[in-house]
This record gives sequence, structure tokens and C-alpha cells, in this order.
Amino acid sequence: MTTYFNEMYDGGQVRPPYARLSDWMASMPADRRLEKQAEAEALFRRIGITFAVYGEGGDPDRLIPFDMFPRVFTGGEWAKLERGIKQRARALNAFLVDVYGRGEIVRAGRIPAHLVYQNEAFERAVVGFVPPKGVYSHIVGIDIVRTGPTDFYVLEDNCRTPSGVSYMLESREMMMRMFPDLFRENRIEPVDRYHELLRRTLASVAPAKCERDPTIVILTPGHYNSAYYEHSFLADLMGVELVEGADLFVDGAFVYMRTTQGPKRVDVIYRRIDDAFIDPLCFRPDSMLGIPGLMDVYRSGGVTICSAPGAGVADDKAVYTYVPEMVRFYLGEEPILNNVPTWKCAERDDLGHVLANLGDLVVKEVHGSGGYGMLVGPKSTKAEIEEFRARIVADPGNYIAQPTLALSTTPTFVEEGIAPRHVDLRPYCLVGEKIELVPGGMTRVALKDGSLVVNSSQGGGVKDTWVLAE
Amino acid sequence: MLSRTADNLYWIARYMERAETAARLLEVGARIALLPTAVGYRSDWDSLLRASGNATGYAAKYGVPDQKAIESWLFFDRDNPNSVAACLTAARENGRIVRTALTTQVWDALNTAFQEMRQITARRDKAELSRLTDWVMKQAAMVRGAIDGTILRNDGFNFLNIGYYLERGDATARLMDVKYYVLLPRADYIGTGLDNDQWLMLLRALGAHRAFHWAYGGEVTSAKIAHFLILNPQSPRSLITCVAGLNNHLTRLAKAYGRETPAQAASAHLLAGLEGLSTDHIFDEGLHEFLTRFISESAALGAVIHDAYLSGDM
Repeated sequence: MTTYFNEMYDGGQVRPPYARLSDWMASMPADRRLEKQAEAEALFRRIGITFAVYGEGGDPDRLIPFDMFPRVFTGGEWAKLERGIKQRARALNAFLVDVYGRGEIVRAGRIPAHLVYQNEAFERAVVGFVPPKGVYSHIVGIDIVRTGPTDFYVLEDNCRTPSGVSYMLESREMMMRMFPDLFRENRIEPVDRYHELLRRTLASVAPAKCERDPTIVILTPGHYNSAYYEHSFLADLMGVELVEGADLFVDGAFVYMRTTQGPKRVDVIYRRIDDAFIDPLCFRPDSMLGIPGLMDVYRSGGVTICSAPGAGVADDKAVYTYVPEMVRFYLGEEPILNNVPTWKCAERDDLGHVLANLGDLVVKEVHGSGGYGMLVGPKSTKAEIEEFRARIVADPGNYIAQPTLALSTTPTFVEEGIAPRHVDLRPYCLVGEKIELVPGGMTRVALKDGSLVVNSSQGGGVKDTWVLAE
Repeated sequence: MLSRTADNLYWIARYMERAETAARLLEVGARIALLPTAVGYRSDWDSLLRASGNATGYAAKYGVPDQKAIESWLFFDRDNPNSVAACLTAARENGRIVRTALTTQVWDALNTAFQEMRQITARRDKAELSRLTDWVMKQAAMVRGAIDGTILRNDGFNFLNIGYYLERGDATARLMDVKYYVLLPRADYIGTGLDNDQWLMLLRALGAHRAFHWAYGGEVTSAKIAHFLILNPQSPRSLITCVAGLNNHLTRLAKAYGRETPAQAASAHLLAGLEGLSTDHIFDEGLHEFLTRFISESAALGAVIHDAYLSGDM
């Protein structure tokens, strides 16, 4: 039986950052809790924060469950995380500039060439191109889990279009509205500068041809996308237009949006669509979502696309195992945050180990996301394991495996009262002229008893994440 | 402003107004059904369907006109793009797309209407028609009030109002046309007591029977009512009020943008046409003929507005 680190307790003692929450928890009778929970749900629904799950049908306006019990970090814990996250974001960007340039890290033999150049996410269309300020990934979402008082691991990097930041901001809004006393009693670092930092980050990477205050837009696949709420939320906070592909067009050396007063030039596109849908001329002729000719404008410095096309090669799950190498190679530093030990099924020795220990491992698809297509060995039946074994054997290169981590828990409101549930953390690191990080992130919680999968598509919820001021 | 955003705003207003029209049509229908009439309700409801502009859709789904089925078709049926449920859903969906251009209050009103509609649909068997129509008017008023009370007086506000006035003019014309279809089955009713009762009912359905008496006094005549609903600029739903409102908001747009489009000329033309009319002209042309012409001219103006501002192809 694995024992899990409960972030609230140290043996029988309440850990200092949770001290006041312990009283708060004790003073919350069940009926008040249910009342508050209902209030929170009504607020979320009124604001319209909903999460549509692909392919599940049912209620298109499903709410992502919100847990009122906050997750707390001390200032000291956060300081270390912050350094580690920024270090990682710097290394990932250095790697991207390198692999689309001279490929020094490959020449030096620190990462296998085929992992980079034969990667599906490697974008030949941008080889030799250096984006403004040398930044490929402007918003890096780094998924972190905790297994002990000082043990943090990076589960994966998201260099393309990490979502969920609206939950970080809205969870905080909700908590401040419902429990103002908590914020008077605890000194909690604010997160509401995020949108201002994001706007500044995007403006700082405006293309060289832009000689005025840059016009920024957010490019969304449209209102049927599950993250549409977040797209419109961020556009609103930053005061920029939320556009779809059909709202943009290329004329000569620039990109324009269609407005009621005629065409208006666009300088920075924060895109929330995949590379494949950016420009049908360059990527997918069947795409209805893209802007024909956009890549030509991009490569000639007429517009900046954030994150840059091609950034995905850095957050591939097979490339992930080499991120500590990147930190050493580009920064000459030791990684502050550890990777989870990972076996690559593409490699013969690793594959043997994985197949022999499937019952103890977590197996993931290299390109999968959202908790789909993964096996959690200890939580699976024999039949599920055998079915997955066949899939791995059929296409070993598509899978990696990791030990089942003893994810930390935090107290969570559940039907029976309060119980420990597993959590992870996704902070959002902003990379432009500067590297910035607001003290907080999205804490996801696996609401099902015993579940280790925190993805909202698999029954996960969110919590407010506190960083206490020192 | 993005052309698509302007388009979404314009359609929020049109769908809200259209939901209200569907409810008003139902109200007219319900009141007519309570009247002693030589005609019998079957053909009355049929006429109502024709005035709603979607009789073929109903016929394909239900066949013979039937009061319950028509109520359901006009209120709940999502196969009918003009039903209350379909309009409230579409208005809210357009709102969701342009959340950034709306205030919290406007979104709240749109979203509340949609959420309550879902609850009403879930227990639709218990719903009374008169309460349903009242509920729709209330939701429409909430949205309208939130727009008037909280939205910046910028181009977005103009596009919302353009949508409202265009749809409302169309609706008044269609509701009056029910009068043609339903209320005057035979020419020899004209000018009789029955005729006047029916005109009054139309006024009542438009929420205007008291206003009418204040404005005109004395006997209710078809000429006075036609004047009230078509040519009187005091009447909030008259055709001339709607076209003048349209014209006003298009003029404000042209001023704000420093640029005229064919839409301004088209609305000015439509307004001038109405201003030069008297009720005699209208009855000479024939009320039905006049209304049909107005509906098509108003649709043409809608197309010009679309090309000038909403399509993004300039």
C-alpha cells in the first residue's frame, strides 16, 4: 500500500501554510459548505465558464467542478518552483531556436537526430527562421506533481497553447468573493497581473516591421472549441479582438482583420489553434480554419505568431526526457526541477522493462494529451492491461512509460465531508523580452477517490492555488 | 470592431425581438381562439402559421393545423428556427461568441433566459400559454433594459439597435398581416363590430391598446389603427418608428466612422417613402399588398446593411 504525502499534514501536525485553513475547515458545518458550493456553481454558470468535453455528448454547458478547499504553497516552496520553471522555459526556447537553426545539440550528440528531425511536430516550414527576440514558446505551461515535502517532478511541458489559465484567475475571483475573510487572515500573493503581463509579453515580440503600438489579437478555432470561454476571457481582459480564421486575410506583406471600418493591420497573433490549421497553403489544404498566405507574412517578418509554428517539437513526450540535457547544454546549469524517470518504448531495453512491469507503470501516448489513451497500471484490470500491451507491441514508438508517482493529496470537499484527493499544478510561464511568472497556477484535483488522473476530461476539478507572502 | 462581432450583436437583437414576436403571435392566436367566430379555429391557426413565415416547416412535421401542435411549434420546437426556444438559444449563442463586446448584465440576461427556457422545456406539459408569453416578454425586456442601461454608446450599440428596429418593423408588419389573413375572412365584415373587436385584439397583443386610446380617443376604426401601427411616430412599434430608428443608428454609424455606405441611402429612402404616406394611400394599395411590399423592402435593406458592415468584404 502506497502512502501519499498529504500537503496539509506533517505526521499528525498541521503544516504551517495550512494552519489557518485548519480552523476554517473545522468551522464549516456541512450545510454551510453545501450552500457555498451551490453559490459557487451558480456563479460559474452565470459567468458562463463551462467546459465541453470532446465526444462525450451530454450537457454542452457542463461546468468544470470547482473545489473550494485551496491548495497552499509557502513563499519558500514557490521561490524554488519559480526558479525551476523559468529555467526550464529558457532551455526549451533555446532548444527550439537551435533545432530550427544549426542544431548544435544534435551535432553534440546530446539528443538523437531522429527524435527531432523525424518528429511529427518538427516544422520544416520554419527551418532557418528566428522569431522576434528568439522566442518560440511564449506561454509555457509546465505540469508539476509533488510526492513529498521537498520533492517536485515535471510531468510534462506544454509549449504550444496550454489552456486552463482562466481557471487560475476565476478560481481566485470566486474564492475572494465567497470567503473574503480568508484573504484577510492569510497573506496571499495576487495573480491578477497575469493578463497585463501576457499583453506586455505579446507586445514585446511584435515584428520588426511594426513601428507603432502593436495590434494584438487572439486567434480561436471558434465557439465550439472546449476552451472558447478562456479565449474570450483573455481577449476581454487584455482588451484585444478575439478573431477566427475567416476574420483575417493576407494582403501583400501584412495580415489584416475584417472590421466594420474596413481592413485593420494585425501585428501579433496569439493563436489558440494547432499548427496544422494556421495556413492551408502551407500545412493542410483541407483546413477551413487557417489564413491562406499567413506563413509567408510570418517568415518575412510582417506578423508574429505566438506560440511560433514548430514549437511543438519541444513538448513532445519523447523529447521530454532530454529537457534536463537541454538545461545543461544551453544554460550550463543543473536542472532545478526533476523529470519523472521515463522509459521510451521505442528503445528495445526500455520496451522490455515496460512490458514486464505494466501493472506498476503509467503508459502514455507520445502525442496524446488530455488524459486520453493512457494506462494507469495499478488502477487497471488485467484485461485492460493486456489490451494495452497489444497496442504497445503493435506500435512501440508511440508510447512512453513512467513509474506510478505517489501524487500528493490536499484536503478536498467531497460528498462525505473532507477527504484527501490527488492534485497536480500547472503554472504559466510567460516568455518575451523578459521571463515572467505570476505566483500561482491551475491546481487540478482528481475528484474520484483513489484516482490519479486529474484531467478535467476524466472527472478532474480545479482549486485555487495560494502562494503565501513571506 | 470586427465585422463578425457586429454581425453577432445584430443577430442577438434580431433573435430576441423574433422570440418576442413568436410569443405575440401565440397571444394573438390564443385570443382569437377564445372568440365566437363563424370561421372556426382551424383556419385561424393556419393563418397564424402563414403570418409567422414558416408554414411549410410546420406542415412537413405535423400536417394538419392543431392548436396544441402550433403552440408547441411556435414556442418549443427547435426544428422551427423562429420558435421562442430556437431564438433564445440563438441569441444566447451569438452572445457567447461576443462575450467580450457585452456587459456582464447583458450576458446575464441572455444566459438567464436561455437557462430558464431549458427548465421550462423540461416541464412543458405544466406550462400555461399565457404565462409563457408573459415570461418571454419579460426576458426580452430584461435583455433590452440591460442593453440600454449598460452598453457603451459606441458602434456595437448601433448594431444592436439596427438589429432590433429591423426585426421589429418586420414583426409589426407580419402581425398586422395576421389581421388580413385571420381577422378579415370576408369583405363584408369590414367596419362591423366584429371587425373592431379583432383590431382591438391585435392592439392588445402588441401591448398597445391603452396607448392607442390615449393617442386617438373616440371610436376604434381600422384607419386609426392602421395609422397607429404604420405611420404614427409616437407608437413604439409602428413601421415609421422602426425605420426612423434604423435610419438614426445608421446615421450615427456613418458619423462615427466618417464614411457613408449604400445602407444610409437605402434607409433614408425607405423612411422618406413612409413619411409621404397617408392611410388612404395604404388602403388604396391594399393593406396586405402594402405590408408585403414593406416586408420585402425591409429585407432588402437588411441585405444592404449586411454587405456594408457585417460581411467584412469591402
